[in-house]
Amino acid sequence: MKKATKSEAQLDRRLFLQTTAGTAGALVLGFKLGESSAAAQTAPSKATELNAFIAIAPDNTVTLQIHKSEMGQGVVTSLSQILIDELDGDWNKLRTEFPGVKPVYGSPMMGTYGSLSIRTSYTPLRNTAAAAREMLVQTAATRWGVAASACKTENGSVVNTATNARLTYGDLAADAAKLPVPARPTLKTAAQFKLIGTSPKRLDTKAKVTGTAQFGLDMRLPGMLYASLERCPVFEGKVASFDATAAKAVPGVKQVFAIERGVAVVGDSTWSAMRGRKALKITWNEGARAGNNTPGLRKMFADLAAKPGTVSRNAGNVDTALTGAARKVEAVYEAPYLSHAPMEPLNATVLVTDNHCDVWVGSQIQTVAQQAAQKVTGLRPEQVEIHTQYLGGGFGRRGGEDYIDEAVEIAKHMKGTPVKLTWTREDDLQHDTYRPMSYTKFSAGLDADGWPVALHARIVCPPFGGPTTATEGIEDMRYSIANVRIESHAPDVGIPVNYWRSVGYSQNTFFMESFVDELAASTNKDPVEFRRKLLTGQPRMLAVLNLAAEKAGWGTALPAGRFRGVAVVNNIGSYNAQVAEISVTAGKIKVHKIVCAVDCGVVVNPAIVQQQIESGIVYGLSAALKQAITLDKGRVVQQNFNSYDPLRIDEMPQVEVHIVASTAAPGGIGEASTPTAAPAVINAVYAATRKRVRMLPVKAADLA
Amino acid sequence: MAAIRFTLNGKAQTVDVVPQMPLLWVLRDTLGLTGTKFGCGVGLCGACTVHVDGQPSRSCSTAISAIAGKKITTIEGLSANASHPVQQAWIEADVPQCGYCQSGQIMTAAALIAKSPNPTDADIDESMRGNLCRCGTYQSIRKAVHRAAQLRAAAQLELVGAGKGERA
Repeated sequence: MKKATKSEAQLDRRLFLQTTAGTAGALVLGFKLGESSAAAQTAPSKATELNAFIAIAPDNTVTLQIHKSEMGQGVVTSLSQILIDELDGDWNKLRTEFPGVKPVYGSPMMGTYGSLSIRTSYTPLRNTAAAAREMLVQTAATRWGVAASACKTENGSVVNTATNARLTYGDLAADAAKLPVPARPTLKTAAQFKLIGTSPKRLDTKAKVTGTAQFGLDMRLPGMLYASLERCPVFEGKVASFDATAAKAVPGVKQVFAIERGVAVVGDSTWSAMRGRKALKITWNEGARAGNNTPGLRKMFADLAAKPGTVSRNAGNVDTALTGAARKVEAVYEAPYLSHAPMEPLNATVLVTDNHCDVWVGSQIQTVAQQAAQKVTGLRPEQVEIHTQYLGGGFGRRGGEDYIDEAVEIAKHMKGTPVKLTWTREDDLQHDTYRPMSYTKFSAGLDADGWPVALHARIVCPPFGGPTTATEGIEDMRYSIANVRIESHAPDVGIPVNYWRSVGYSQNTFFMESFVDELAASTNKDPVEFRRKLLTGQPRMLAVLNLAAEKAGWGTALPAGRFRGVAVVNNIGSYNAQVAEISVTAGKIKVHKIVCAVDCGVVVNPAIVQQQIESGIVYGLSAALKQAITLDKGRVVQQNFNSYDPLRIDEMPQVEVHIVASTAAPGGIGEASTPTAAPAVINAVYAATRKRVRMLPVKAADLA
Repeated sequence: MAAIRFTLNGKAQTVDVVPQMPLLWVLRDTLGLTGTKFGCGVGLCGACTVHVDGQPSRSCSTAISAIAGKKITTIEGLSANASHPVQQAWIEADVPQCGYCQSGQIMTAAALIAKSPNPTDADIDESMRGNLCRCGTYQSIRKAVHRAAQLRAAAQLELVGAGKGERA
């Protein structure tokens, strides 16, 4: 492949802009390289933008801007349902695009995290679409010389109720766009919904079964080169010196140079870059973190847990209540560092010129991506364009800036030539921003009847992503206990940490729901009954707990060797209870079935809710049963899926999902089911073995 | 560099690359067929699965020199317009979430039902356990493989009824 000169690359980009604008129509946002395949159908001409989310073409095609990243959670489909339903548009004449960074798509951050997409978009998007609908109706009413109240809308048309005359939105859009935007449009009632609450087929399926869905890694540009980056195996370490002679001799290698985070090899294919990288000879300055190892960190965390920490919740008097309790239960729980390991390795394709930077990437937070590119290039926000691609999984990892920093720095070195940086799986596992390791010491006091009167938790967890992330799941537990004190230590040990699907709940719900099970077991109380009594006054918690218990047949006989466990949580604005059914044979756990009840408020798409529940459970089970990131000499030990193995199809339990009908405001769903999977299974393991597993992942020795 | 000839999705193909270059990167970077995915690079995840003479193979661990003279099928060549029974079943069940692993899942499933027209759950476990999915679509995959087998059988009956004989 020949290397593009600077002028060729710039020319290519301009040509592409013109061609794209030509096909997409001047009024639809122009530069849409790598748009979603749902949107890659023939673009309509002369579409009119009614607002930042909706454009309508004369042929009645509606183009929607999907301001959230599609990483599997079905957001292209669910946001389209909200917009098209409230617009009364034609579901079969729909296109979608991923827009660039603008305040209207998220302020201060445009991004997809915290299971917030439906929670934060549901009402604003309905208002946006309803305003557009009222503008279309008013335009038709004016043409017919009737009142707007004499018109109705259906399936992309305005109908004159007196005459049955009909004008399509495509006929009306150009004039409608000239009207003032109604400030308080009338929203549909729930009874009028046609799409919200239903499960139309996902809009991205066909592209994803034909190999045509474009992920970040699939980006191709004329003259593009490929990069691979060797990073210091110890976090925060730097390049001391390197010898590129052998790397440069590898066929296809074009350039070798150092950047902030390591030594980059640029070649004419991904493989030549990776092969050149293997031939590098680098001396590292490993820095201060080369002594980190997992046993040492565990000891450090345990030592910290012996000392008082920062108090973040303090109700009643825990010390007095513990002293006076009839019975005391204590336990220590631990969870390891975890990698996200999305199936698509991290990557970004970047073209830097003197006054512009294009980044093609599957990012969860486009604003972070833009700021990362600005920081490296010194360009202004309007000079940096983020072109969102499909994400081959996110789980929190793709909200980071590290992989974008690196790609932009490499492309800046190769100014005028587009460069795609591809991480290997080894890079992914060894240079993640991890779910932190965590250590929690619980003490509880029970009264003479076995009901808890005091709960004390001391949490040791490296700080990440916000003030409550390390303690959520324990601090906000819903059980009625009179005396509660939650303390925490936040040691920074130089291992990068960040959000991982369900964040603090991912470990703390395992700790909390296991410890609650221990309290129930300490006086032989039924785990469901015990929770019911402590959740009096928590109707939504109780409802999911009762529904899961009922559907799982809690208390009914099981086949020989099968046992049940339960867990319940309130996170991301939703409520989730799971009953796991397991067996243990020769030190190995088999999860046969998980029955999940979920209350996530108003449901936009029940089939997608079901998918997300299944998905979150698999993610949680992979971690509970199989995965840990450990350190030795400052290096991550795990290298690839052989040492960081996710759940596979033969380990997949039957998952049954029951959705609580609700008219409450939408809750989140992407992270709802991850926290409860581990404790439900581990509590079932206790029922089976009378062994209490207090450290994940489960090891055969724990069950012997 | 050496010219290597093979059949790609039914058409003759010649590439002139380093003989050790894995088929995956020849497909993706040299030929621009990006439907076949990179997941682990060492044959542990199945995202790169293609058919080599009808057998599911990990293209990330197959040197291009080893496929000279062979017939390669990728997701792009599995069918015209998603008409393969596995793709039809995947669409019916809305299997994909992020979708990144699904090309590999589909290629593995297509090889499975070609070999075992009526696969049991154990057959599915055996054949599909090499294909990872971090979104956890396994329950839908299992359902869709069974459905694909039904669709394939029905299509063959139709062909037989129409006197067109057994389809490959």
